[in-house]
Amino acid sequence: MGVGIEVINLNAWYGTNHSLQDVNLNMPGNHATALIGPSGCGKSTFVRCLNRMHETNPIARVTGTVRIGDLDIYEDCKPVEIRRRVGMVFQRPNPFPTMSIYDNVAAGLKLNGYSNHRALDEIVEKSLKNSALWDEVKDDLKKKSGASLSGGQQQRLCIARALAVDPEVLLMDEPASALDPVSTSKIEDLIFQLKSQYTIVIVTHNMQQAARVAEKTGFFLNGRMVEFDSTHKIFTNPSDKRTEDYITGRFG
Amino acid sequence: MQVKSGRNQLRSMFRELTDGVVTGLAMLATVVVVAPLVAIFVYLIYKGASSLSLSFFTRLPRPVGEAGGGMANAIVGSAILLGIASLIGVPVGIGGGIFLAEFGRGTKLADAIRFTADVLNGVPSIVMGIAIYALIVVPQNHFSAFSGGVALGIMMIPTVCRTTEEMLLMVPHAVREAALALGVPNWRSVLSITVKTASPGIITGCMLAFARVAGETAPLIFTALGNSFWSTSLNQPIAALPLQIWVYAQSPYEDWHRLAWAGALVLIILIVTAVSLVRYVTSRGVLKGAS
Repeated sequence: MGVGIEVINLNAWYGTNHSLQDVNLNMPGNHATALIGPSGCGKSTFVRCLNRMHETNPIARVTGTVRIGDLDIYEDCKPVEIRRRVGMVFQRPNPFPTMSIYDNVAAGLKLNGYSNHRALDEIVEKSLKNSALWDEVKDDLKKKSGASLSGGQQQRLCIARALAVDPEVLLMDEPASALDPVSTSKIEDLIFQLKSQYTIVIVTHNMQQAARVAEKTGFFLNGRMVEFDSTHKIFTNPSDKRTEDYITGRFG
Repeated sequence: MQVKSGRNQLRSMFRELTDGVVTGLAMLATVVVVAPLVAIFVYLIYKGASSLSLSFFTRLPRPVGEAGGGMANAIVGSAILLGIASLIGVPVGIGGGIFLAEFGRGTKLADAIRFTADVLNGVPSIVMGIAIYALIVVPQNHFSAFSGGVALGIMMIPTVCRTTEEMLLMVPHAVREAALALGVPNWRSVLSITVKTASPGIITGCMLAFARVAGETAPLIFTALGNSFWSTSLNQPIAALPLQIWVYAQSPYEDWHRLAWAGALVLIILIVTAVSLVRYVTSRGVLKGAS
Protein backbone atom coordinates (compact mmCIF):
# COMPACT_ATOMS: atom_id res chain seq x y z
CA MET A 1 0.00 0.00 0.00
CA GLY A 2 1.15 3.51 -0.66
CA VAL A 3 2.10 5.77 2.21
CA GLY A 4 2.23 9.52 2.51
CA ILE A 5 5.42 11.55 2.16
CA GLU A 6 6.20 14.51 4.36
CA VAL A 7 9.08 16.79 3.50
CA ILE A 8 10.31 19.37 6.01
CA ASN A 9 12.94 22.03 5.30
CA LEU A 10 14.74 20.04 2.66
CA ASN A 11 17.93 21.59 1.31
CA ALA A 12 20.27 20.00 -1.21
CA TRP A 13 23.58 20.97 -2.76
CA TYR A 14 25.74 19.82 -5.63
CA GLY A 15 29.16 21.09 -4.63
CA THR A 16 28.56 24.78 -3.91
CA ASN A 17 25.38 24.92 -5.97
CA HIS A 18 22.44 25.19 -3.60
CA SER A 19 19.98 23.37 -5.83
CA LEU A 20 17.08 22.87 -3.41
CA GLN A 21 16.11 25.51 -0.87
CA ASP A 22 13.78 24.99 2.09
CA VAL A 23 11.29 22.72 0.42
CA ASN A 24 8.25 21.78 2.51
CA LEU A 25 5.36 19.69 1.32
CA ASN A 26 3.00 16.85 2.11
CA MET A 27 2.19 14.28 -0.52
CA PRO A 28 -0.82 12.08 0.24
CA GLY A 29 -0.55 8.29 0.03
CA ASN A 30 -2.10 6.37 -2.85
CA HIS A 31 -2.21 9.44 -5.04
CA ALA A 32 -0.12 10.70 -7.92
CA THR A 33 1.73 13.94 -7.35
CA ALA A 34 3.20 15.75 -10.33
CA LEU A 35 6.21 18.06 -10.12
CA ILE A 36 6.57 20.62 -12.87
CA GLY A 37 8.96 23.45 -13.58
CA PRO A 38 11.59 24.56 -16.07
CA SER A 39 14.82 22.59 -16.59
CA GLY A 40 17.30 22.92 -13.74
CA CYS A 41 14.68 24.03 -11.22
CA GLY A 42 15.44 21.18 -8.83
CA LYS A 43 12.57 18.75 -9.47
CA SER A 44 14.88 15.85 -10.30
CA THR A 45 17.11 16.65 -7.35
CA PHE A 46 14.00 16.69 -5.18
CA VAL A 47 12.81 13.21 -6.16
CA ARG A 48 16.36 11.89 -5.84
CA CYS A 49 16.32 13.08 -2.24
CA LEU A 50 13.23 10.95 -1.59
CA ASN A 51 15.15 7.69 -2.05
CA ARG A 52 18.57 8.99 -1.09
CA MET A 53 19.93 8.60 -4.62
CA HIS A 54 21.07 12.24 -4.41
CA GLU A 55 23.91 11.29 -2.10
CA THR A 56 25.36 8.71 -4.52
CA ASN A 57 27.03 11.69 -6.16
CA PRO A 58 30.23 12.32 -4.17
CA ILE A 59 29.87 16.12 -4.23
CA ALA A 60 26.21 16.09 -3.19
CA ARG A 61 24.91 17.07 0.26
CA VAL A 62 21.46 17.21 1.80
CA THR A 63 19.83 18.49 5.02
CA GLY A 64 16.28 18.40 6.32
CA THR A 65 13.72 15.74 7.07
CA VAL A 66 11.86 13.35 4.79
CA ARG A 67 9.23 11.09 6.34
CA ILE A 68 7.88 8.25 4.26
CA GLY A 69 5.06 6.65 6.23
CA ASP A 70 6.45 6.53 9.78
CA LEU A 71 10.03 6.35 8.65
CA ASP A 72 12.43 9.30 8.82
CA ILE A 73 14.59 8.19 5.89
CA TYR A 74 17.67 10.23 6.83
CA GLU A 75 17.58 9.23 10.50
CA ASP A 76 16.09 5.78 10.87
CA CYS A 77 17.62 3.66 8.16
CA LYS A 78 20.34 3.00 5.64
CA PRO A 79 20.11 4.14 2.01
CA VAL A 80 19.75 0.57 0.67
CA GLU A 81 16.75 -0.06 2.92
CA ILE A 82 14.87 3.02 1.83
CA ARG A 83 15.58 2.34 -1.84
CA ARG A 84 13.82 -1.01 -1.51
CA ARG A 85 10.73 0.77 -0.23
CA VAL A 86 10.87 3.63 -2.70
CA GLY A 87 11.16 2.47 -6.30
CA MET A 88 12.47 4.71 -9.04
CA VAL A 89 11.98 4.94 -12.80
CA PHE A 90 14.44 7.07 -14.74
CA GLN A 91 14.12 9.36 -17.71
CA ARG A 92 15.88 7.02 -20.10
CA PRO A 93 14.93 3.35 -19.94
CA ASN A 94 17.87 1.57 -18.31
CA PRO A 95 17.32 -2.19 -18.32
CA PHE A 96 20.32 -4.34 -17.43
CA PRO A 97 21.63 -5.16 -20.93
CA THR A 98 23.12 -8.57 -20.12
CA MET A 99 20.01 -9.86 -18.36
CA SER A 100 16.95 -11.54 -19.80
CA ILE A 101 13.55 -9.91 -19.42
CA TYR A 102 12.82 -12.26 -16.52
CA ASP A 103 16.11 -11.52 -14.77
CA ASN A 104 15.63 -7.80 -15.21
CA VAL A 105 12.34 -7.94 -13.33
CA ALA A 106 13.72 -10.33 -10.72
CA ALA A 107 16.98 -8.40 -10.34
CA GLY A 108 16.01 -6.39 -7.27
CA LEU A 109 14.98 -9.52 -5.39
CA LYS A 110 17.74 -11.81 -6.65
CA LEU A 111 20.52 -9.34 -5.98
CA ASN A 112 19.24 -8.94 -2.44
CA GLY A 113 19.53 -12.66 -1.87
CA TYR A 114 15.95 -13.78 -2.54
CA SER A 115 15.97 -17.22 -4.17
CA ASN A 116 12.56 -18.88 -3.89
CA HIS A 117 12.10 -19.77 -7.54
CA ARG A 118 8.40 -20.47 -7.57
CA ALA A 119 7.64 -17.26 -5.73
CA LEU A 120 9.96 -15.39 -8.09
CA ASP A 121 8.03 -16.71 -11.10
CA GLU A 122 4.82 -15.39 -9.60
CA ILE A 123 6.29 -12.02 -8.68
CA VAL A 124 7.76 -11.58 -12.17
CA GLU A 125 4.44 -12.39 -13.81
CA LYS A 126 2.50 -10.12 -11.47
CA SER A 127 4.93 -7.23 -11.94
CA LEU A 128 4.88 -7.55 -15.72
CA LYS A 129 1.08 -7.67 -15.69
CA ASN A 130 1.00 -4.60 -13.45
CA SER A 131 3.24 -2.77 -15.89
CA ALA A 132 1.06 -3.88 -18.86
CA LEU A 133 3.97 -5.66 -20.53
CA TRP A 134 3.14 -9.31 -19.80
CA ASP A 135 1.23 -10.08 -23.00
CA GLU A 136 3.99 -8.67 -25.18
CA VAL A 137 6.89 -10.55 -23.62
CA LYS A 138 5.49 -13.68 -21.95
CA ASP A 139 6.85 -15.95 -24.70
CA ASP A 140 10.47 -14.85 -24.52
CA LEU A 141 10.90 -14.05 -20.86
CA LYS A 142 14.16 -15.92 -20.55
CA LYS A 143 15.20 -15.92 -24.19
CA LYS A 144 15.47 -12.23 -24.94
CA SER A 145 17.60 -9.53 -23.37
CA GLY A 146 15.85 -6.58 -21.78
CA ALA A 147 17.82 -4.38 -24.18
CA SER A 148 16.18 -6.01 -27.21
CA LEU A 149 12.78 -4.45 -26.44
CA SER A 150 11.56 -1.17 -27.92
CA GLY A 151 12.05 2.03 -25.92
CA GLY A 152 8.48 2.06 -24.61
CA GLN A 153 8.62 -1.60 -23.69
CA GLN A 154 11.97 -1.06 -21.97
CA GLN A 155 10.46 1.70 -19.86
CA ARG A 156 7.55 -0.55 -18.83
CA LEU A 157 10.13 -3.25 -18.07
CA CYS A 158 11.88 -0.77 -15.79
CA ILE A 159 8.56 -0.06 -14.09
CA ALA A 160 8.01 -3.80 -13.63
CA ARG A 161 11.52 -4.08 -12.19
CA ALA A 162 10.75 -1.31 -9.71
CA LEU A 163 7.38 -2.88 -8.77
CA ALA A 164 8.86 -6.35 -8.21
CA VAL A 165 10.53 -5.36 -4.95
CA ASP A 166 7.07 -4.30 -3.68
CA PRO A 167 7.77 -0.65 -2.89
CA GLU A 168 5.36 1.71 -1.16
CA VAL A 169 6.31 4.70 -3.26
CA LEU A 170 7.19 4.95 -6.95
CA LEU A 171 9.29 7.89 -8.10
CA MET A 172 9.21 8.63 -11.81
CA ASP A 173 11.69 11.11 -13.22
CA GLU A 174 10.25 12.18 -16.59
CA PRO A 175 9.37 8.57 -17.40
CA ALA A 176 7.87 9.35 -20.81
CA SER A 177 10.09 12.12 -22.11
CA ALA A 178 12.19 9.74 -24.24
CA LEU A 179 9.15 7.93 -25.64
CA ASP A 180 6.78 8.34 -28.59
CA PRO A 181 3.13 9.41 -28.01
CA VAL A 182 1.71 5.85 -28.09
CA SER A 183 4.17 4.60 -25.49
CA THR A 184 3.60 7.76 -23.49
CA SER A 185 -0.12 7.16 -23.28
CA LYS A 186 0.50 3.57 -22.20
CA ILE A 187 2.73 4.80 -19.38
CA GLU A 188 0.08 7.34 -18.37
CA ASP A 189 -2.64 4.68 -18.28
CA LEU A 190 -0.31 2.66 -16.15
CA ILE A 191 0.25 5.49 -13.67
CA PHE A 192 -3.51 5.79 -13.42
CA GLN A 193 -3.89 2.13 -12.47
CA LEU A 194 -0.84 2.00 -10.21
CA LYS A 195 -1.85 4.81 -7.93
CA SER A 196 -4.48 2.65 -6.28
CA GLN A 197 -1.62 0.57 -4.87
CA TYR A 198 1.33 2.94 -4.68
CA THR A 199 2.10 6.53 -3.90
CA ILE A 200 3.42 8.02 -7.12
CA VAL A 201 5.61 11.07 -7.56
CA ILE A 202 6.14 12.01 -11.19
CA VAL A 203 8.44 14.68 -12.58
CA THR A 204 7.31 15.91 -15.96
CA HIS A 205 7.94 18.64 -18.49
CA ASN A 206 4.61 17.93 -20.08
CA MET A 207 1.91 19.94 -18.35
CA GLN A 208 -0.93 18.08 -20.02
CA GLN A 209 0.58 14.92 -18.62
CA ALA A 210 0.59 16.38 -15.12
CA ALA A 211 -3.02 17.44 -15.57
CA ARG A 212 -4.02 13.99 -16.80
CA VAL A 213 -2.41 11.74 -14.20
CA ALA A 214 -1.95 13.67 -10.96
CA GLU A 215 -4.29 14.82 -8.18
CA LYS A 216 -1.69 17.14 -6.73
CA THR A 217 0.84 19.28 -8.53
CA GLY A 218 3.89 21.16 -7.28
CA PHE A 219 5.61 23.93 -9.20
CA PHE A 220 9.37 24.34 -8.75
CA LEU A 221 11.40 27.35 -9.76
CA ASN A 222 15.11 28.03 -9.12
CA GLY A 223 15.38 25.39 -6.41
CA ARG A 224 12.28 26.51 -4.51
CA MET A 225 8.81 25.10 -4.30
CA VAL A 226 6.66 27.97 -5.49
CA GLU A 227 3.23 26.43 -5.17
CA PHE A 228 1.76 23.09 -4.19
CA ASP A 229 -1.93 22.44 -4.53
CA SER A 230 -4.56 20.29 -6.20
CA THR A 231 -3.80 19.85 -9.87
CA HIS A 232 -7.11 21.45 -10.80
CA LYS A 233 -6.33 24.59 -8.82
CA ILE A 234 -2.76 24.87 -10.17
CA PHE A 235 -3.91 24.69 -13.75
CA THR A 236 -7.06 26.80 -13.51
CA ASN A 237 -6.51 29.28 -10.72
CA PRO A 238 -2.94 29.34 -9.40
CA SER A 239 -2.30 31.61 -6.40
CA ASP A 240 1.21 32.63 -7.44
CA LYS A 241 1.91 34.88 -10.39
CA ARG A 242 5.00 32.85 -11.37
CA THR A 243 3.00 29.63 -11.56
CA GLU A 244 0.49 31.33 -13.79
CA ASP A 245 3.22 32.68 -16.04
CA TYR A 246 4.75 29.24 -16.36
CA ILE A 247 1.60 27.28 -17.12
CA THR A 248 0.37 29.86 -19.57
CA GLY A 249 3.67 29.56 -21.39
CA ARG A 250 5.07 33.01 -20.69
CA PHE A 251 8.46 31.49 -19.81
CA GLY A 252 10.19 28.13 -19.32
CA MET B 1 20.05 28.47 -63.58
CA GLN B 2 22.16 26.63 -66.11
CA VAL B 3 25.37 27.71 -64.45
CA LYS B 4 24.09 26.78 -60.99
CA SER B 5 23.06 23.27 -61.96
CA GLY B 6 26.42 22.80 -63.65
CA ARG B 7 28.16 23.78 -60.45
CA ASN B 8 25.94 21.42 -58.47
CA GLN B 9 26.84 18.60 -60.80
CA LEU B 10 30.52 19.33 -60.35
CA ARG B 11 30.11 19.39 -56.58
CA SER B 12 28.28 16.08 -56.53
CA MET B 13 30.99 14.52 -58.74
CA PHE B 14 33.61 15.80 -56.33
CA ARG B 15 31.73 14.29 -53.40
CA GLU B 16 31.53 10.93 -55.10
CA LEU B 17 35.23 11.10 -55.84
CA THR B 18 36.05 11.92 -52.20
CA ASP B 19 33.82 9.06 -51.06
CA GLY B 20 35.61 6.66 -53.39
CA VAL B 21 39.08 7.79 -52.35
CA VAL B 22 38.35 7.55 -48.62
CA THR B 23 36.72 4.14 -48.98
CA GLY B 24 39.74 3.01 -51.00
CA LEU B 25 42.13 4.27 -48.33
CA ALA B 26 40.20 2.45 -45.61
CA MET B 27 40.35 -0.77 -47.60
CA LEU B 28 44.06 -0.28 -48.20
CA ALA B 29 44.60 0.16 -44.47
CA THR B 30 42.71 -3.08 -43.82
CA VAL B 31 44.92 -4.91 -46.30
CA VAL B 32 48.06 -3.47 -44.71
CA VAL B 33 46.89 -4.67 -41.31
CA VAL B 34 45.79 -8.13 -42.38
CA ALA B 35 48.53 -8.89 -44.93
CA PRO B 36 51.41 -9.51 -42.49
CA LEU B 37 49.22 -11.83 -40.44
CA VAL B 38 48.21 -13.83 -43.49
CA ALA B 39 51.81 -13.84 -44.77
CA ILE B 40 53.16 -15.16 -41.46
CA PHE B 41 50.51 -17.84 -41.26
CA VAL B 42 50.98 -18.98 -44.85
CA TYR B 43 54.75 -19.07 -44.46
CA LEU B 44 54.45 -21.05 -41.22
CA ILE B 45 52.20 -23.60 -42.87
CA TYR B 46 54.56 -23.80 -45.86
CA LYS B 47 57.61 -24.35 -43.66
CA GLY B 48 56.12 -26.24 -40.76
CA ALA B 49 53.22 -28.34 -41.99
CA SER B 50 55.46 -30.92 -43.67
CA SER B 51 57.18 -31.73 -40.37
CA LEU B 52 53.92 -32.11 -38.48
CA SER B 53 53.00 -35.69 -37.72
CA LEU B 54 51.42 -37.63 -34.93
CA SER B 55 54.82 -38.23 -33.37
CA PHE B 56 55.38 -34.47 -33.13
CA PHE B 57 52.55 -34.33 -30.63
CA THR B 58 53.32 -37.59 -28.80
CA ARG B 59 57.12 -38.01 -28.75
CA LEU B 60 59.88 -36.36 -26.78
CA PRO B 61 62.76 -34.56 -28.51
CA ARG B 62 65.45 -36.90 -29.85
CA PRO B 63 69.22 -36.29 -29.60
CA VAL B 64 70.96 -34.73 -32.58
CA GLY B 65 71.40 -37.14 -35.47
CA GLU B 66 68.46 -39.35 -34.59
CA ALA B 67 65.52 -38.84 -36.90
CA GLY B 68 62.00 -38.11 -35.69
CA GLY B 69 61.12 -36.91 -32.24
CA GLY B 70 58.49 -34.38 -31.23
CA MET B 71 57.57 -31.69 -28.80
CA ALA B 72 55.00 -33.41 -26.59
CA ASN B 73 56.77 -32.23 -23.46
CA ALA B 74 56.94 -28.64 -24.73
CA ILE B 75 53.24 -28.57 -25.61
CA VAL B 76 52.25 -29.86 -22.17
CA GLY B 77 54.87 -27.61 -20.57
CA SER B 78 53.46 -24.53 -22.28
CA ALA B 79 49.95 -25.51 -21.17
CA ILE B 80 51.11 -25.82 -17.55
CA LEU B 81 53.04 -22.54 -17.64
CA LEU B 82 50.10 -20.68 -19.17
CA GLY B 83 47.73 -22.28 -16.66
CA ILE B 84 49.81 -21.00 -13.76
CA ALA B 85 50.16 -17.62 -15.47
CA SER B 86 46.40 -17.28 -15.97
CA LEU B 87 45.68 -18.34 -12.38
CA ILE B 88 47.84 -15.44 -11.24
CA GLY B 89 47.31 -12.85 -13.94
CA VAL B 90 43.56 -13.05 -14.49
CA PRO B 91 42.24 -12.77 -10.90
CA VAL B 92 44.81 -10.19 -9.81
CA GLY B 93 44.37 -8.18 -13.00
CA ILE B 94 40.57 -8.19 -12.89
CA GLY B 95 40.57 -7.44 -9.17
CA GLY B 96 42.93 -4.51 -9.74
CA GLY B 97 40.81 -3.24 -12.63
CA ILE B 98 37.65 -3.36 -10.50
CA PHE B 99 39.40 -1.44 -7.76
CA LEU B 100 40.65 1.20 -10.19
CA ALA B 101 37.28 1.72 -11.88
CA GLU B 102 34.85 1.30 -8.98
CA PHE B 103 36.15 1.51 -5.45
CA GLY B 104 39.33 3.51 -5.73
CA ARG B 105 38.25 6.02 -8.35
CA GLY B 106 39.90 9.39 -7.74
CA THR B 107 42.09 8.20 -4.86
CA LYS B 108 45.87 8.59 -4.69
CA LEU B 109 46.24 4.84 -4.27
CA ALA B 110 44.40 4.22 -7.54
CA ASP B 111 46.61 6.72 -9.37
CA ALA B 112 49.68 4.95 -7.98
CA ILE B 113 48.40 1.52 -9.04
CA ARG B 114 47.49 2.76 -12.51
CA PHE B 115 50.97 4.26 -12.93
CA THR B 116 52.63 1.08 -11.68
CA ALA B 117 50.59 -1.06 -14.05
CA ASP B 118 51.58 1.12 -17.00
CA VAL B 119 55.25 0.94 -16.04
CA LEU B 120 55.01 -2.82 -15.53
CA ASN B 121 53.48 -3.09 -18.99
CA GLY B 122 56.57 -1.41 -20.41
CA VAL B 123 59.12 -3.57 -18.58
CA PRO B 124 61.04 -5.67 -21.12
CA SER B 125 60.22 -9.32 -20.71
CA ILE B 126 63.86 -10.31 -20.23
CA VAL B 127 63.99 -8.01 -17.21
CA MET B 128 60.92 -9.77 -15.84
CA GLY B 129 62.80 -13.06 -16.27
CA ILE B 130 65.82 -11.79 -14.36
CA ALA B 131 63.65 -10.35 -11.60
CA ILE B 132 61.85 -13.66 -11.05
CA TYR B 133 65.20 -15.43 -11.27
CA ALA B 134 66.46 -13.31 -8.38
CA LEU B 135 63.24 -13.54 -6.38
CA ILE B 136 62.29 -17.21 -6.78
CA VAL B 137 64.92 -19.25 -8.62
CA VAL B 138 67.94 -18.11 -6.57
CA PRO B 139 66.35 -18.63 -3.13
CA GLN B 140 65.00 -22.02 -4.22
CA ASN B 141 68.30 -22.91 -5.81
CA HIS B 142 66.70 -24.49 -8.88
CA PHE B 143 64.82 -23.57 -12.03
CA SER B 144 61.16 -24.49 -12.00
CA ALA B 145 57.87 -24.47 -13.91
CA PHE B 146 56.40 -22.50 -11.02
CA SER B 147 58.85 -19.61 -11.41
CA GLY B 148 58.20 -19.53 -15.18
CA GLY B 149 54.44 -19.40 -14.60
CA VAL B 150 54.86 -16.57 -12.10
CA ALA B 151 56.96 -14.57 -14.55
CA LEU B 152 54.32 -14.94 -17.28
CA GLY B 153 51.48 -14.30 -14.81
CA ILE B 154 52.98 -11.01 -13.64
CA MET B 155 53.36 -10.00 -17.27
CA MET B 156 49.62 -10.59 -17.77
CA ILE B 157 48.53 -8.42 -14.84
CA PRO B 158 48.92 -4.91 -16.31
CA THR B 159 47.10 -5.72 -19.57
CA VAL B 160 44.22 -7.45 -17.80
CA CYS B 161 44.03 -4.73 -15.15
CA ARG B 162 43.94 -1.77 -17.51
CA THR B 163 41.48 -3.32 -20.00
CA THR B 164 39.19 -4.31 -17.11
CA GLU B 165 39.27 -0.72 -15.87
CA GLU B 166 38.57 0.70 -19.34
CA MET B 167 35.69 -1.72 -19.95
CA LEU B 168 34.09 -1.04 -16.56
CA LEU B 169 34.25 2.71 -17.15
CA MET B 170 32.36 2.19 -20.41
CA VAL B 171 29.34 0.73 -18.59
CA PRO B 172 26.70 3.50 -18.67
CA HIS B 173 26.06 5.40 -15.45
CA ALA B 174 22.34 4.73 -15.91
CA VAL B 175 22.89 0.99 -15.44
CA ARG B 176 24.70 1.54 -12.13
CA GLU B 177 21.97 3.93 -10.97
CA ALA B 178 19.29 1.37 -11.85
CA ALA B 179 20.91 -1.16 -9.55
CA LEU B 180 21.42 1.30 -6.70
CA ALA B 181 17.82 2.50 -6.97
CA LEU B 182 16.64 -1.09 -6.40
CA GLY B 183 18.32 -1.07 -3.01
CA VAL B 184 21.20 -3.25 -4.14
CA PRO B 185 24.34 -2.63 -2.06
CA ASN B 186 27.17 -1.04 -4.02
CA TRP B 187 29.57 -4.01 -3.89
CA ARG B 188 26.83 -6.33 -5.11
CA SER B 189 25.91 -3.97 -7.90
CA VAL B 190 29.54 -3.76 -8.99
CA LEU B 191 30.04 -7.53 -9.08
CA SER B 192 26.66 -8.64 -10.44
CA ILE B 193 25.77 -5.75 -12.74
CA THR B 194 28.75 -3.64 -13.78
CA VAL B 195 31.31 -6.42 -14.15
CA LYS B 196 28.77 -8.65 -15.85
CA THR B 197 27.84 -5.93 -18.32
CA ALA B 198 31.51 -5.33 -19.11
CA SER B 199 32.44 -9.02 -19.22
CA PRO B 200 32.81 -9.40 -23.02
CA GLY B 201 35.44 -6.67 -23.04
CA ILE B 202 37.14 -8.01 -19.93
CA ILE B 203 37.36 -11.47 -21.49
CA THR B 204 38.91 -9.96 -24.62
CA GLY B 205 41.51 -8.27 -22.43
CA CYS B 206 42.34 -11.56 -20.71
CA MET B 207 42.67 -13.30 -24.08
CA LEU B 208 44.99 -10.58 -25.38
CA ALA B 209 47.21 -10.92 -22.34
CA PHE B 210 47.13 -14.71 -22.63
CA ALA B 211 48.08 -14.69 -26.30
CA ARG B 212 50.86 -12.22 -25.63
CA VAL B 213 52.57 -14.24 -22.89
CA ALA B 214 51.99 -17.56 -24.69
CA GLY B 215 54.72 -16.62 -27.15
CA GLU B 216 57.15 -15.16 -24.60
CA THR B 217 60.59 -16.75 -24.54
CA ALA B 218 62.80 -14.31 -22.67
CA PRO B 219 61.16 -14.53 -19.25
CA LEU B 220 61.38 -18.33 -19.38
CA ILE B 221 65.12 -18.56 -20.06
CA PHE B 222 66.04 -17.81 -16.44
CA THR B 223 63.01 -19.44 -14.86
CA ALA B 224 61.47 -22.46 -16.57
CA LEU B 225 64.79 -23.06 -18.35
CA GLY B 226 63.50 -25.76 -20.70
CA ASN B 227 63.74 -29.51 -20.46
CA SER B 228 64.39 -32.22 -23.03
CA PHE B 229 62.63 -34.83 -20.95
CA TRP B 230 59.12 -35.46 -19.77
CA SER B 231 58.23 -33.41 -16.70
CA THR B 232 55.00 -32.06 -15.29
CA SER B 233 56.39 -31.20 -11.89
CA LEU B 234 56.03 -27.57 -10.87
CA ASN B 235 59.32 -27.84 -9.00
CA GLN B 236 61.41 -28.97 -11.96
CA PRO B 237 62.59 -27.17 -15.05
CA ILE B 238 59.95 -27.55 -17.71
CA ALA B 239 59.90 -27.38 -21.51
CA ALA B 240 57.89 -24.73 -23.34
CA LEU B 241 57.12 -24.29 -27.02
CA PRO B 242 58.76 -20.86 -27.42
CA LEU B 243 61.90 -22.07 -25.61
CA GLN B 244 62.10 -25.20 -27.71
CA ILE B 245 61.61 -23.20 -30.90
CA TRP B 246 64.36 -20.84 -29.81
CA VAL B 247 66.80 -23.67 -29.07
CA TYR B 248 66.01 -25.55 -32.28
CA ALA B 249 66.11 -22.48 -34.52
CA GLN B 250 69.56 -21.54 -33.21
CA SER B 251 71.01 -24.99 -33.77
CA PRO B 252 73.03 -25.78 -36.91
CA TYR B 253 70.97 -28.86 -37.74
CA GLU B 254 68.57 -28.93 -40.67
CA ASP B 255 65.98 -31.28 -39.14
CA TRP B 256 65.87 -29.23 -35.93
CA HIS B 257 65.10 -26.16 -38.04
CA ARG B 258 62.16 -28.00 -39.54
CA LEU B 259 60.94 -28.96 -36.08
CA ALA B 260 61.24 -25.32 -34.99
CA TRP B 261 58.97 -24.29 -37.86
CA ALA B 262 56.48 -26.98 -36.93
CA GLY B 263 56.65 -25.84 -33.31
CA ALA B 264 55.93 -22.25 -34.32
CA LEU B 265 52.93 -23.38 -36.34
CA VAL B 266 51.61 -25.45 -33.43
CA LEU B 267 52.11 -22.54 -31.02
CA ILE B 268 50.03 -20.23 -33.21
CA ILE B 269 47.33 -22.85 -33.72
CA LEU B 270 47.14 -23.53 -30.00
CA ILE B 271 46.79 -19.82 -29.19
CA VAL B 272 44.08 -19.34 -31.83
CA THR B 273 42.25 -22.45 -30.58
CA ALA B 274 42.42 -21.41 -26.94
CA VAL B 275 41.17 -17.90 -27.71
CA SER B 276 38.34 -19.14 -29.95
CA LEU B 277 37.31 -21.75 -27.40
CA VAL B 278 37.04 -19.19 -24.62
CA ARG B 279 35.08 -16.86 -26.92
CA TYR B 280 32.71 -19.65 -27.89
CA VAL B 281 32.13 -20.85 -24.34
CA THR B 282 31.56 -17.34 -22.98
CA SER B 283 29.29 -16.30 -25.84
CA ARG B 284 26.89 -19.21 -25.43
CA GLY B 285 25.08 -17.61 -22.50
CA VAL B 286 24.54 -14.31 -24.32
CA LEU B 287 20.90 -13.45 -24.94
CA LYS B 288 19.24 -12.27 -28.10
CA GLY B 289 19.53 -8.54 -28.46
CA ALA B 290 22.03 -8.05 -25.63
CA SER B 291 24.75 -5.73 -26.76
